[in-house]
Amino acid sequence: MTLHAELRVQRASFSLDIDLSIEPGEVVALLGPNGAGKTTALRALAGLVPSDSRIHHNESTWDGLPAEKRPIGVVFQDYLLFAHMSALDNVAFGLRARGTRKAEANAVALQWLDQVGLADFAHVKPRTLSGGQAQRVALARALATAPELLLLDEPLAALDASTRLRVRSELGRHLADYPGHTLLVTHDPLDAMVLADRLVILEHGRVVQEGSPRDVVRQPRTDYVANLVGLNFYRGVADGTEVRLDDGGTLTIAEPADGPVHVVFPPAAVSLYPEKPAGSPRNTWQAVVTGIEPHAHTTRVDLDGSPAVLADITTATVAELRLQPGHALWVSLKATEIHTYPR
Amino acid sequence: MRSRLPVVLVLPAVVGLAFLLVPLAGLLIKAPWATLPAQLFSQEVGQALQLSLICASLATIVCLVLGVPLAWLLARSDLPGRGVLRALVTVPLVLPPVVGGVALLLVLGRRGVVGQYLDQWFGISLPFTTAGVVLAEAFVAMPFLVISVEGALRAADPRFEEAAATLGASRWLTFRRVTLPSVMPGVVAGTVLCWARALGEFGATITFAGNFPGKTTTMPLAVYLALETDPDAAIVLSIVLLLVSVAVLAGLRDKWISGPS
Repeated sequence: MTLHAELRVQRASFSLDIDLSIEPGEVVALLGPNGAGKTTALRALAGLVPSDSRIHHNESTWDGLPAEKRPIGVVFQDYLLFAHMSALDNVAFGLRARGTRKAEANAVALQWLDQVGLADFAHVKPRTLSGGQAQRVALARALATAPELLLLDEPLAALDASTRLRVRSELGRHLADYPGHTLLVTHDPLDAMVLADRLVILEHGRVVQEGSPRDVVRQPRTDYVANLVGLNFYRGVADGTEVRLDDGGTLTIAEPADGPVHVVFPPAAVSLYPEKPAGSPRNTWQAVVTGIEPHAHTTRVDLDGSPAVLADITTATVAELRLQPGHALWVSLKATEIHTYPR
Repeated sequence: MRSRLPVVLVLPAVVGLAFLLVPLAGLLIKAPWATLPAQLFSQEVGQALQLSLICASLATIVCLVLGVPLAWLLARSDLPGRGVLRALVTVPLVLPPVVGGVALLLVLGRRGVVGQYLDQWFGISLPFTTAGVVLAEAFVAMPFLVISVEGALRAADPRFEEAAATLGASRWLTFRRVTLPSVMPGVVAGTVLCWARALGEFGATITFAGNFPGKTTTMPLAVYLALETDPDAAIVLSIVLLLVSVAVLAGLRDKWISGPS
């Protein structure tokens, strides 16, 4: 059964107003910049903040239920494992709290620890666990009560880069096995793309875009998302193969379009020249370098012009052009590299 | 090398140190060491010591049973006027204990606001009984426990309680299994302070419970009485109390005494 939630939280300087629905077995990622209200949404679902939310599942409603009465499991950002209890007692805690007898609760808890590969650590206190191990205990603890809804609050944020990669793929495996509804809150696009079936992008307490990771990557709808997926992004009005951009400048596109559109192209599609390149069917315009920084194996150049643009160029080109902030250059872009879609 | 310490500061500091330590040393110097074992195991001392230990321990239990929940209420609930309540709770801390004794007498005395009904309905009279000693000590000592536990609770991360709630734990279970264990050091420190304060209680005890050997004469009362009749006994009793205080300090060394090193 689909879980439907209308989350409304009102605070002095902030309001959250979003509708979410999650299918059984589906992983939905709530992605957004800091302060967008992701964690507030998670807390409203968990019943940890007062809100006028409506949550329906299986013809039952969770409205007004306190957290302890909701069929949920939560993995918190820093796990919040109980320091004075062993890993086993941590995992068994939810079952014990819900009235399972001790022997049975421990048996189930041990099974879960085994599933996350930590059966040998059952009697160890959390402080002796590594970050990755603690994360897995937290996941086992959240899943041990067989919740309808699993909530993950930045589950990988506290891990270092090398552990993160491994824990992310493990987490993905466990989420694939989990039959309930999963909501993942993150500000890391990679976590969201890898782990989620669907992305919900949140800005200022509102949903600004929703879709499969593939759709979101190809057709961003806000500057935040475009920045996240690393695309040049503009709004404009198309008239055939001409797009007049809202912030100035005109681009020639290969596939004709009409009306208000979003325009995207990858920074790698942009070329830079010291002189105006002659006689080609390209978009060319003059721009001034405002920033240069290394980016993966290339160099990302920030240029101000009409329109402003990001370009990824090779280090060899940087040296050849002797790039410096303040330099005026010619920007060139093939029409076929530009992708447009209606607003 | 730093420059020499200024005399204006060092001189009063040394005088202050002497002022605090010399009386304690005096106690040890004047102690009747020869007869000390005999004194220590004499009936009066034994009786007073036993009564003191029992009453202080009972008072501490009363404080724990009532004080820990009170600390929780002050730290965690969204009660209106919590700040005022917190201030009121600490009044016995600064109130002269004798005033506390008078107040207890006015409330729980045979004609007191509550005491008259206790007497009429249940035939219970608290003043001038051992139970009265326990009450007087608990009244004076409880704020120590409440403040210590409340401080620990407020320093404890409430998100652990949220985590327990999402796992289906009621607030009572959360308190028992998650909150209380995490503030245990604060509870222990508060308990020791509370017990030490109860053990040394004089003013409220003598006012509310009077002075009946074997029934209400605790150590501090015995010291005061003995000073008139048997100064040696007074010194022995004082040394016992001093030792207890030092033991308490030693026990709390890490938590309270040691500043940043």
